[in-house]
Amino acid sequence: MIDVLVIGGGNAALCAALSAREAGASVMLLEASPKAWRGGNSQHTRNLRCMHDQPQDVLVDAYPEEEYWQDLFKVTGGITNEHLARLVIRQSSSCRPWMRKHGVRFQNSLSGTLHLARTNAFFMGGGKALVNAYYNSAEALGVEVRYDSPASAIERDGSKFVAAILENGDRIAARSCVLAAGGFESNREWLDEAWGENENGERPALEFLIRGTQFNRGVLLRHMIDTGADSIGDPTQSHMVAIDARAPLYDGGICTRIDCVPLGIVVNREGRRFYDEGEDFWPKRYAIWGRLVAQQRGQISWSIIDQEAIGRFMPPVFPGMKADTIEELATKLGLPAMQVKQTIDEFNAACVPAGFDHTVLDGCHTNGLNPPKSHWASSINQAPFYGFPLKPGVTFTYLGLKTDDTAAVRFNDRPSPNLFVAGEMMAGNILGKGYTGGIGMAIGTAFGRIAGRNAAHYTAGRQQKAA
Amino acid sequence: MNSSYAERRTLDAVSEPVPQVISDILRYEEEAQRILTICNSCRYCEGFCAVFPAMTRRLDFVKEDVHYLANLCHNCGACLHSCQYAAPHEFDVNVPRTLAQVRAKTYTEYAWPKAFGRLYDRNGLTVSLAIAVGLALFLILAMGLAGPLLHAPLAGNFYAIFPHNLLALMFGVVFLYALAALGIGASRFWRTTTQNDRGAGSNFGAAAEAASNVLTLKYLDGGHGEGCNESGTRYTLRRRRFHHMTFYGFMLCFAATCVGTLYHYALDWHAPYPLLSLPVVLGTLGGIGLVAGPVGLLWLNIQRHPEHGDPTQHAMDRGFIVLLLLISLTGLALLGLRDTRWMAILLAIHLGFVMAFFLTMPYGKFAHGFYRGAALLKNAMEKRMPNNLNLGSD
Repeated sequence: MIDVLVIGGGNAALCAALSAREAGASVMLLEASPKAWRGGNSQHTRNLRCMHDQPQDVLVDAYPEEEYWQDLFKVTGGITNEHLARLVIRQSSSCRPWMRKHGVRFQNSLSGTLHLARTNAFFMGGGKALVNAYYNSAEALGVEVRYDSPASAIERDGSKFVAAILENGDRIAARSCVLAAGGFESNREWLDEAWGENENGERPALEFLIRGTQFNRGVLLRHMIDTGADSIGDPTQSHMVAIDARAPLYDGGICTRIDCVPLGIVVNREGRRFYDEGEDFWPKRYAIWGRLVAQQRGQISWSIIDQEAIGRFMPPVFPGMKADTIEELATKLGLPAMQVKQTIDEFNAACVPAGFDHTVLDGCHTNGLNPPKSHWASSINQAPFYGFPLKPGVTFTYLGLKTDDTAAVRFNDRPSPNLFVAGEMMAGNILGKGYTGGIGMAIGTAFGRIAGRNAAHYTAGRQQKAA
Repeated sequence: MNSSYAERRTLDAVSEPVPQVISDILRYEEEAQRILTICNSCRYCEGFCAVFPAMTRRLDFVKEDVHYLANLCHNCGACLHSCQYAAPHEFDVNVPRTLAQVRAKTYTEYAWPKAFGRLYDRNGLTVSLAIAVGLALFLILAMGLAGPLLHAPLAGNFYAIFPHNLLALMFGVVFLYALAALGIGASRFWRTTTQNDRGAGSNFGAAAEAASNVLTLKYLDGGHGEGCNESGTRYTLRRRRFHHMTFYGFMLCFAATCVGTLYHYALDWHAPYPLLSLPVVLGTLGGIGLVAGPVGLLWLNIQRHPEHGDPTQHAMDRGFIVLLLLISLTGLALLGLRDTRWMAILLAIHLGFVMAFFLTMPYGKFAHGFYRGAALLKNAMEKRMPNNLNLGSD
């Protein structure tokens, strides 16, 4: 019988498998996807939010624990667990040498990510390169990896793990187990069930795009919750952003971003504005816009800009619809031309001319417009005009299993001796809502390593530890 | 000149049916444009090489940009294995393959004379024919000049078979032609890809950086110094090292020839030179490099990941490598057996391979050095110019 069974194949699962193997355990890892799609959402990641007290290779200045904690507290609105959050923060300051040992390489912050050079360490080649490095290291260390192996159930004796049952009926027994199989964001039926029907009689979740893997179906998560594991979080809570509506249903990843929103206006299907496009910089607002768009009819909206905005935002992957007049653009986009024209005329009339500067909060705002635009309010009057369709894109869900600083799965508020959880399956302990870049990988790496090590220690009859 | 693809497609549609080679290059350029647009909105690969940072200085990719980036790419493979949008993803991004396809077509497009550009298309045949011509030329010449190919030992005196001035004339003419053809091709490439570059000041630093990037093969180091991808997701420095052996082996052989020429004309000291003389030592070391390097490169090329590069270029790549190997092997054999009755036939064969190499220099894999060198120089200059884009930041 193997010592440690790891269920999942992304960053947290790989960190668990490598850590368990390093602690001397024999390890098998079950990845639900085929080899070509291995790594789950980690394939689409690009960096790790890192605490550091002084400049370190690719990280400038310092990002002390307290500032990191305050940032996390702010984005979650306090719906977090300070003990576990600080555990992750401290681990993020010391895990990179271990990552390097297993082949992960870092690069300077990417062009267009200047503000992240202090807080986030970027993986060279992105998350798929990280995933490749970990699989190579796992292979070299003798971890047995099985692809195309989704697990559907856990056989237990009380709170004690006994075996995993795969979807093909195979039963794999192990001395201990780490669950790191992701959230349920690619289970559209479950999303639909959680979101239900809105006041317009629509089922909004059916219109959502999934930014990541199609293999995070939450089968084990639901099984664990249904069979009595303590859970945390709300199934409607997720990291959801406004992305290009033309993105593929799954795995659109980073390039489907539409960064021109603050440079123009956004209208809904009725051709009307519905929120302040210039509230703050786009990376601080795109998650809010995911929900705003989800609340519009058809769960869709359009960002409209003029020639002046071109060259002032990250290039989009799909070209915008282009037209020489607003009416023509609206018609091409399938929007009510008269209303769009009126919306833009009203907006243009309300813009107070000032020093437009897209790189700062420039204070160019509207006067007497509802909703207002607080920054970058500049008349949309220079042809050609461009339109980009926006839809909500789900990054990952927050509903998870409750855990503690040993990464144990808990039943009736008591920890299992040999069943552990890491990654998206428990990120909701720390992220009750909101998000900040690179925190998901920080949680996955920290809890993956804790879970793997404790699973190995259990098999060796040793004491569980926090870090 | 910065016409869009759509505009040029329209022009093509109303003109005469375009030759196959032109429509191929358009197809490849459009695919490159599609892929570069995806990469430019992702940017995860910036640390690997020069291509991705160069991409971020642009919003859209006209033909000249695509040609430049295609020749800047060293086909290391790192970005393919790291790509979240590579097949089976529906975006089907394969930067090394797409840029390799464009690259080969740029060799054709900028070749001089233009008609000879077609020699790239069936390059295996081109190289084979050149070898046949070279061998036939020197074997027949040897028989005509010196009689039977097997002869009494001549103490390594090559000029007893082929008079020095005849060899100097033949190779001198072909070599100068090859240099001129490559120079014209590369300068056409340079003019086209740099026509919109402005504001370049003193470029001594850029030239030094480009030279260093060429001589160290900087962009086969993977950005982290551990090398590039060959058969899979692991990094290795093998290609860089075998290429160094090949390149520096070649340069040593070239140096040997230059020193020999100097001895002959300036010092009136004529071959054969003793084993420990400078030309023979340089040639021997170079020959060893030109055996080990190409053998390694051939082995790597054969076991390369099937998704890397353009499979239709295997004939060009491997033909070139094998030709280099044949030159070095026959050269070393000639050195070892120059005092025997086999000298004449070995000399004729060796010179036949060398002639084939010279003849195909402007119309085969050798050209990559010139175009890549030009692209690296443009890159080094471009990096020293201010970036006109101001896209805001995360």
